[in-house]
Amino acid sequence: MPDLRDLYQEVILDHNRRPRNFGRLAGANCSAEGFNALCGDRLTLYLKLVDGVIEDARFEGTGCAISTASASLMTEALKGKTEAQVQSLFEGFHALLTAGDSADPAVSLGKLEVLSGVREFPVRVKCATLAWHTLQAALQNETKPVTTE
Amino acid sequence: MRTAAGELSALLSAAPSAAFDVARSREDFPILRRTVHGKPLVYLDNAATSQKPQRVLDCEARYYTELNANIHRGVHSLSEQATDAYEAARDTVQRFINAARREEIVFVRGTTEAINLVATSFGQRFRPGDEILITEMEHHSNIVPWQLLCERSGAVLRVAPMDDAGELILDKFERQLNARTRLVAVTHLSNALGTINAVKHVIDRAHAIGAAVLIDGAQAVPHIRIDVQALDCDFYAFSSHKLYGPTGVGVLYGKAVRLAAMPPYQGGGEMIRQVTFAKTTYNDLPYKFEAGTPNIAGVIGLGAAIDYVSELGLDAVAAHEHELLAYATEQARTVSGLRLIGTAEHKASILSFVLDGVHPHDVGTILDDEGVAVRTGHHCAMPVMEHFRIPATVRASFALYNTRAEVDALFRAVRRAQEVFADA
Repeated sequence: MPDLRDLYQEVILDHNRRPRNFGRLAGANCSAEGFNALCGDRLTLYLKLVDGVIEDARFEGTGCAISTASASLMTEALKGKTEAQVQSLFEGFHALLTAGDSADPAVSLGKLEVLSGVREFPVRVKCATLAWHTLQAALQNETKPVTTE
Repeated sequence: MRTAAGELSALLSAAPSAAFDVARSREDFPILRRTVHGKPLVYLDNAATSQKPQRVLDCEARYYTELNANIHRGVHSLSEQATDAYEAARDTVQRFINAARREEIVFVRGTTEAINLVATSFGQRFRPGDEILITEMEHHSNIVPWQLLCERSGAVLRVAPMDDAGELILDKFERQLNARTRLVAVTHLSNALGTINAVKHVIDRAHAIGAAVLIDGAQAVPHIRIDVQALDCDFYAFSSHKLYGPTGVGVLYGKAVRLAAMPPYQGGGEMIRQVTFAKTTYNDLPYKFEAGTPNIAGVIGLGAAIDYVSELGLDAVAAHEHELLAYATEQARTVSGLRLIGTAEHKASILSFVLDGVHPHDVGTILDDEGVAVRTGHHCAMPVMEHFRIPATVRASFALYNTRAEVDALFRAVRRAQEVFADA
């Protein structure tokens, strides 16, 4: 039986209460909007890309604890990463949420692993991945808002 | 010393509804015996869909095991019996909403299809500049079909605003009525707020300027006795599945004079009288609007659901639900950091709220862990969320089988959600 404490871990509650890198990013050269119609979550992700490396990342918007914490943790994880590194991080993170044991152990997810509890709550997976899908759109220069619906 | 109010509330808690036996009605709903996450199911998502009594389940099964045949066209016994059962359900619906004639009852897939039927067929003669007036509290099903009609016809959609209690502002509504208004489409009971609209007043005012009126009764029908002749509405739409009946079935009531003047909605079998490649003539009402093989089992099941509710007595059921809503509202007001969304004077069955610092989606997950099923989100009423500047609400909605103990379970779970999210 899924345990709520696995979902709402202290780190997640903390990032929900005090999201890191929250607000507009001055000097951003890349951004995208994400929308989850199911719960009304909306976020805008801002990136500053320099020579294929994410120098800075910030976000703003409203959402549930899982989507807010996931966006907050993601912006922390992105800084200093190349686009290729970000891609493998996303794949590892996605596997963590959906496949569990088959996640690639070669990718170190670090703090992002606190979101592994979401696996037991399938309807909440899209909350945790909203920021990441928005990131994909930002990197591909999509102008249409992405949705995890 | 006990006050009069104290005595009244003691009386109410001792005998919440003398006329209505909740414990006994619960036995009619097999799903209420199941558990969720090891806890008894507390089902408070009735505005989304209600549970079904055994009688409805048996009725559908009996159709497939004993009667299954296509209706209206067979000469064999099964077809005749299936047709009789299907048409008997039409009579049941007619009596239930007090329609003048059985031909005024059209079976459709649900409220959404009923509204789309009117938008497509009644709206076919709308011209550029014609106006359709709705309200700010409509469900998307009573917004989008009209937007599509406006795109097709050049008609203009007008929206009458509501106030911060979630009540329609009647004088503003009346000021939007004018000679160009062809149709007024209003919800009887708001699904996001619980507001009961003064539909009789709306209908009278609209008729005074010559506009037709459609009432979206999806939420109202399980909680309010409907008399379409007394209301004098032109169209009334509702679904079976919120009325303890099967999904995939609904009713469009339309005044015969309106329906007769309207072109068909879909073409196919059953809706025709004679087909040649040169010219096709259409069937009589209501069959003109029932193209194709309908959801026969569902319609028969809806008839059984209406019989069930009618035997319990809709007024007694409504009184019980009203008492539950009052009790839940009183409980809600004792929770710090809880804000009710929808505080109209006249409400039924719906308690919508938000909690400081806890997103509705998180509340929903924590409530589910306690076995409490509620709806969280925008409830297909995004303009309502926009009005209150919130992304979503938590919505508890009551049905005849809910109890005060379940309201207590809801608020225990709400407090647990607040504990999980309390500042460390």
